[in-house]
Amino acid sequence: MTTSLDQLKPGESGRIDGFSGSAPGRLLEMGLLPGTVVEVVRLAPLGDPMDLKVRGFHLSLRKKEAAHIIVLRS
Amino acid sequence: MSEGVRAVTKIALAGNPNVGKTVLFNALTGANQKVANYPGVTVERKSGRLTGTGKDGVPAVEVVDLPGCYSLNPRSIDERIAHDVLVGHAQNEEPPDAVICVVDATNLERNLYLITQVLDLGLPAVLGLNMIDAAEAAGIKIDTQALSEALGVPVIPLAARHGRGIEDVRDAVLNRAVVPPLIDWPVRDDVEAQVRRLGEILAKEYSALDERRVRFEVFAALTSDVLLDSWTNRAPGFRDAVLAARAEMESSSIPYQMAETMGRYGWVSPLVQRVVQRHSDAHARSLSDRMDAVLIHRVWGPAIFAAVLVLIFQAVFTWAVPAMDFIEWSVNGIGTGLRSVLPDGVFEDVIVEGALTGVGNVVVFLPQILILFFFLGLMEDTGYMARSAFIMDRAMRRFGLSGASVVPLLSAYACAIPGIMAARTLPDERDRIITIMVVPLQGCSARLPVYVLFIGAFIPAGTLLGVVGYQSLAMTSLYFLGTGMAFVAAWVLGRFVFKGEGSSFVMELPPYRVPQWKLVFRRMIDRSRVFVVRAGKIIFGLSILLWLLAAYPKTELTPDLENRLATAQEAVVLAEQAGDPAVTTLALDAQAAAQNQVASFRTRNSYIGRFGRALEPVMAPLGFDWKISAGIVASFAAREVIVSALATIYSAGADADEESLALRDAIKADTYPDGTPVFTSLVAVSLMVFFVFALQCMSTLAIARRELNSWFWPAVMWVYMFALAYVFSLVVYQGGLALGLG
Ligand SMILES: Nc1nc2c(ncn2[C@@H]2O[C@H](COP(=O)(O)OP(=O)(O)O)[C@@H](O)[C@H]2O)c(=O)[nH]1
Repeated sequence: MTTSLDQLKPGESGRIDGFSGSAPGRLLEMGLLPGTVVEVVRLAPLGDPMDLKVRGFHLSLRKKEAAHIIVLRS
Repeated sequence: MSEGVRAVTKIALAGNPNVGKTVLFNALTGANQKVANYPGVTVERKSGRLTGTGKDGVPAVEVVDLPGCYSLNPRSIDERIAHDVLVGHAQNEEPPDAVICVVDATNLERNLYLITQVLDLGLPAVLGLNMIDAAEAAGIKIDTQALSEALGVPVIPLAARHGRGIEDVRDAVLNRAVVPPLIDWPVRDDVEAQVRRLGEILAKEYSALDERRVRFEVFAALTSDVLLDSWTNRAPGFRDAVLAARAEMESSSIPYQMAETMGRYGWVSPLVQRVVQRHSDAHARSLSDRMDAVLIHRVWGPAIFAAVLVLIFQAVFTWAVPAMDFIEWSVNGIGTGLRSVLPDGVFEDVIVEGALTGVGNVVVFLPQILILFFFLGLMEDTGYMARSAFIMDRAMRRFGLSGASVVPLLSAYACAIPGIMAARTLPDERDRIITIMVVPLQGCSARLPVYVLFIGAFIPAGTLLGVVGYQSLAMTSLYFLGTGMAFVAAWVLGRFVFKGEGSSFVMELPPYRVPQWKLVFRRMIDRSRVFVVRAGKIIFGLSILLWLLAAYPKTELTPDLENRLATAQEAVVLAEQAGDPAVTTLALDAQAAAQNQVASFRTRNSYIGRFGRALEPVMAPLGFDWKISAGIVASFAAREVIVSALATIYSAGADADEESLALRDAIKADTYPDGTPVFTSLVAVSLMVFFVFALQCMSTLAIARRELNSWFWPAVMWVYMFALAYVFSLVVYQGGLALGLG
């Protein structure tokens, strides 16, 4: 089932399926590519941004940007 | 040195942020370092001489630490510089003859992405596999042999922080750096066909380009507008072809923008799988993860961040005080000393009252700035800085700022200068400009003397409902007013001036690390030096100018004043001859009073006094007479100058300070010719409000100009803050009058 990355809860992870709209270059360079597994580790105290774990490192991303990333929940 | 290897004279360090480049750079260069800026931008250019070179007949080898970046596709000014230096486009900068690619062994995959780009450029290179200690501790084992074979360059395991491997990497880069064979990373067929075609066009049109670099440039031009436009003059045909190819691929929805990243990661990922072995169970949470569970916890996170801030403020505002007192005392001492050696006259006055006092006004903030930079450096080095931005981002975004704006804004409570400099950590250029533009609204410590003087003189000492003192309430309100306005201004700027896409906040949360004290101290010193030198230079010149404006022209005294001064002097002589100490004291007091009247008369007729009087009609609606207006002109250089300026004008003696009762009384006693008081509580409030907003600080303008690399925004900053000051004071004063508070 696909959903957007901002819908995942802390502790959940998913595999990137694609992007809605044009893929943001910076995220691609950081290694968020179709097929990459992303784990939502936690949310910031006010609920945004998200703390993600990708390819072994932590990345913070605003939900607004995460909403453009389509994932397959795993 | 083996045959065919060019002598290395310049080495560049390239790598992601936070991989330990700075530590390695320090280890390679020792104390021989220079920090400058790249021409026209605010990116630091750190270079140094490789230890053991440049003496005893060994030719000097320069080491340049490139800004940390994630890609050579320039999305930020840092990346632009790294790209330009490596490809040889940077102004006044020869391309390096060897590159040390520094990677974090615990995070190899993402690190190697950038490295494949660097290696594509065809510069001789070696790979420094740093943080090997941390990798070992985490149970990660790397097959360096296999990695080296795959990349085609020597791979040197390093623990720069512990001095391990430094000699090896030094030797490798000098003697074994090689141009690796091109890596054959896969690209989807439809894009590959276009890339080939474009490559042929480029090679034909711009034959000066190294054949090997063609492919790199084609991908760069496909994905980056900046790099595409760099061909406008050199290969316009290529540029048009790229634009056409982009349009064509877009129309058939070929994701060509992803092709390069997919291709490079498609090559890097299997390689990393092959050469990296994780021994421990990979799912055990690292120490850093466990720390984050507390430090960015929903409840504990903000609480700890608040505690950290309280600690920093405590340090800046109380620990710094003895040092600040000492500096003031020393400056006074030096002034007295200079007066005793310099010949009396204008030169002496300019040096002591203009230059020394002016520079003293800046240097007195040095202890606060050192302490602030120390804590900021510590936050950066441990990795906590990124967490503070993470915690605060949501709250700050409401106002069009980013989480990373918090630290600059808070620093500005001490002084706008470190605040503006701290804005360098903002990854997004738009956020950075907005932050810099509003930082000076924060109540800095130079405003304190002004507040103390007027609150002490005009706000009653009682308490509201027996709880909070009126005076502290007034003080707090002034701070709130400034900060509130900073947020409003940020919102307005973000909404109406810097329109367009909201910033993005793709930020790495690096693992926590034990701070390196040497590095923290070094950064603290480097940054403080920038403050002293920059601010000092400008302040030095302008202080002299302001002093001259206040001291000239020397007008003839009126006969009346002349008489009074002479009589007072005679009285002193007579009293001393009579030998009665009580009488002498009285006579001396009278003499001082006469001298002060003279000083006041002179100020009134000086250029500043004339400005003040010329300005009076403009300032009168705010409740300011010519003396206050003159004080405002004089304090253009630095806010706290208004206290000494008023002291001179009010003849309270030049050594009066904000706590001085004589000055308070003189101000309270002053009247207009018709007998109404110049200063009422309402005027005092109006003036304080003026100081909340007005940008009366040359050093801030100087630093803003440096950090924004233009006079335009600093000018806008000054104008909008002056407008705020004027309007708010006007509303306060006229509103107050209308309510009968005058
Ligand atoms: N464990 C470990 N930490 C290191 C090593 N080299 C650097 N560090 C730490 O990594 C952090 C980032 O280093 P720095 O040189 O500032 O990174 P830069 O951003 O690449 O210049 C600092 O806290 C260093 O103390 C190393 O070899 N091992």
